[in-house]
Amino acid sequence: MIEVHQLTKRYGSTLAVDGLSFQVPRGVVTGFLGPNGAGKSTTMRMMLDLDRPTSGSVTIDGRAYHQLHQPLKHIGALLEAKAVHPGRTAYNHLLWLARSNRIPAGRVDEVLGLVGLREVAKRKSGGFSLGMGQRLGIAAALLGDPKILMFDEPVNGLDPEGILWVRNLMKSLAQEGRTVFVSSHLMSEMALTADHLVVIGQGRLLANLSMNDFIDQNSHGFVRVRTPQPEALLDALAMARISTRPLAEGGFEVIDGNPAQIGDLARDHGISLHELSPQRASLEEAFMQMTADSVEYRTGDIHPSADGTAPPPPEDAGVARTGAADSGGWGAQWNRTSGKRRKES
Amino acid sequence: MGDFSAVLFSEWTKVRTVRSTWITLLVAFVVTVGLGAVISAVTNSQWNSMSDRDRLTFDATSTSFSGIYLGQLAVIVFAVLVVGNEYSSGMIRATLAAVPQRITLLLAKTVVVLVLVLPVALVTCFVTFFLGQALLGDHGTSIGSTHVLRAVVGAALYMTFIALLSLGVGFMLRKPVLSLGLLMPFFFLISPILSNVPKVKTVAHYFPDIAGTQMARVVGDNSVPYGPTAGLFICLAWVAACLVGGYALLKRRDA
Ligand SMILES: Nc1ncnc2c1ncn2[C@@H]1O[C@H](COP(=O)(O)OP(=O)(O)O)[C@@H](O)[C@H]1O
Ligand SMILES: [Mg+2]
Repeated sequence: MIEVHQLTKRYGSTLAVDGLSFQVPRGVVTGFLGPNGAGKSTTMRMMLDLDRPTSGSVTIDGRAYHQLHQPLKHIGALLEAKAVHPGRTAYNHLLWLARSNRIPAGRVDEVLGLVGLREVAKRKSGGFSLGMGQRLGIAAALLGDPKILMFDEPVNGLDPEGILWVRNLMKSLAQEGRTVFVSSHLMSEMALTADHLVVIGQGRLLANLSMNDFIDQNSHGFVRVRTPQPEALLDALAMARISTRPLAEGGFEVIDGNPAQIGDLARDHGISLHELSPQRASLEEAFMQMTADSVEYRTGDIHPSADGTAPPPPEDAGVARTGAADSGGWGAQWNRTSGKRRKES
Repeated sequence: MGDFSAVLFSEWTKVRTVRSTWITLLVAFVVTVGLGAVISAVTNSQWNSMSDRDRLTFDATSTSFSGIYLGQLAVIVFAVLVVGNEYSSGMIRATLAAVPQRITLLLAKTVVVLVLVLPVALVTCFVTFFLGQALLGDHGTSIGSTHVLRAVVGAALYMTFIALLSLGVGFMLRKPVLSLGLLMPFFFLISPILSNVPKVKTVAHYFPDIAGTQMARVVGDNSVPYGPTAGLFICLAWVAACLVGGYALLKRRDA
């Protein structure tokens, strides 16, 4: 298991990661979510002992990364930067990696097959497309058959086919009992793959919870209803004290509605329904609001506690979740004026 | 300290699987041998127009090694790229993730450069010597003469030391353009010029290339206040300083 403890990284005047603490649960896909510049890549580099933390620590199964014997057999990582020499063939790139950790050379052919690069194994990686480069990076991560996998923005720049492939790969890795830690700046991507979420903004922890909890807390459900007898149904709903909202394209939404209840109600009043579909507000919106607030909070006010208006950031996962529950969800706790979202670069 | 032999094998695999390794080392061989041959042939043909003083201090062995002056640049490129390529491609992160013990990595690269450059330099220097002596004709010397074998081996050691020193600089400056931008002008222009400037030259005499030149001489250079053995140790001190400096920065810095 990966444990991140009070991790802080400062580059000159930039505080890239700020007192970050969380644990990556075993055997599931954990999404590491945050807008560009939130500190995801920096955190991942510190997990691999590539960047030195200003303070704090990371342990993998209780040990620092550099204390792992043959680390590729514990953790496989795909980092954001393309990390291959353009003049070396895909096969030889994997070969030197394999040799550094005493992984048999036969495994190189195996992972090349796994990622579908066997045909181009003897070609120089300099001529690879972005998708092929990404596959080579994933092959390198899988090389040591590690229990933990870490991917930094793996679908960035991939075509739809590649994106689908990466999603399925991550799910199947978790199904094999592996721990998958994957970063993204897109909520929609995480919603499709992650079982657990760690959300950061401006280097700080914003949320650490299961995907289901995130959905429950952040997406307000409603039911879309269409009927040829709208007046009758609206009356029936009003009598049952269920609030509604008309839709521009006809029909209406029942806020926080339960489809079974609405269907029964319609039947009791002899009303026919042409549509009865549960809907969810976009998670992307919830995520944007959450991070926009943190961005504004961090850039607009260096000492937020002094003016007493900004809420203190959650100290750790436990506090974060309790806070969320108390105040009725993330939107509530972090809801300040509409945040100027930092431009994504 | 990590699994040194595995890392060594891995570093060897890296070096052997890029074309720049073989191109730079081949260029080092061709230039050193070729330029040495040309200068030896020219010296032979111009012998009669040389001053008496030049004839008295004439060193047939070191004349045949004149091409090292240019050939060393290819050796520098080779060694700088061994580490610089990793920084320019971003591969250093893959390397350090696979080998997080940075001392192990630096030592493995050092050993790989050593075991690759030393034999190439020995072959280069022996070929250069025999071809140069043949072209010097009557003015040439033989391998059996006093101190000649020592000078030939000394020249090969010098090329090897330049490679190791460049590797250390490569670790310090990371970007190949920076390392080459420092090392190439230094060895090609700055050091040769400074070592001829009065006063400055008392310091410049301890530069690695001047010290290395003493190792490859049979007839002592009376403008330099030390002999071949001291030259060897001065060169070694430069190599050690650059590698220690490279390690200090590699250990401290973010990848
Ligand atoms: N090597 C570095 N030197 C200086 N600043 C850096 C460096 N790496 C990252 N940063 C800064 O740290 C912050 C976090 O960056 P990063 O970890 O790349 O974010 P993310 O991966 O979430 O997009 C950004 O403001 C970025 O500019
Ligand atoms: Mg990033």
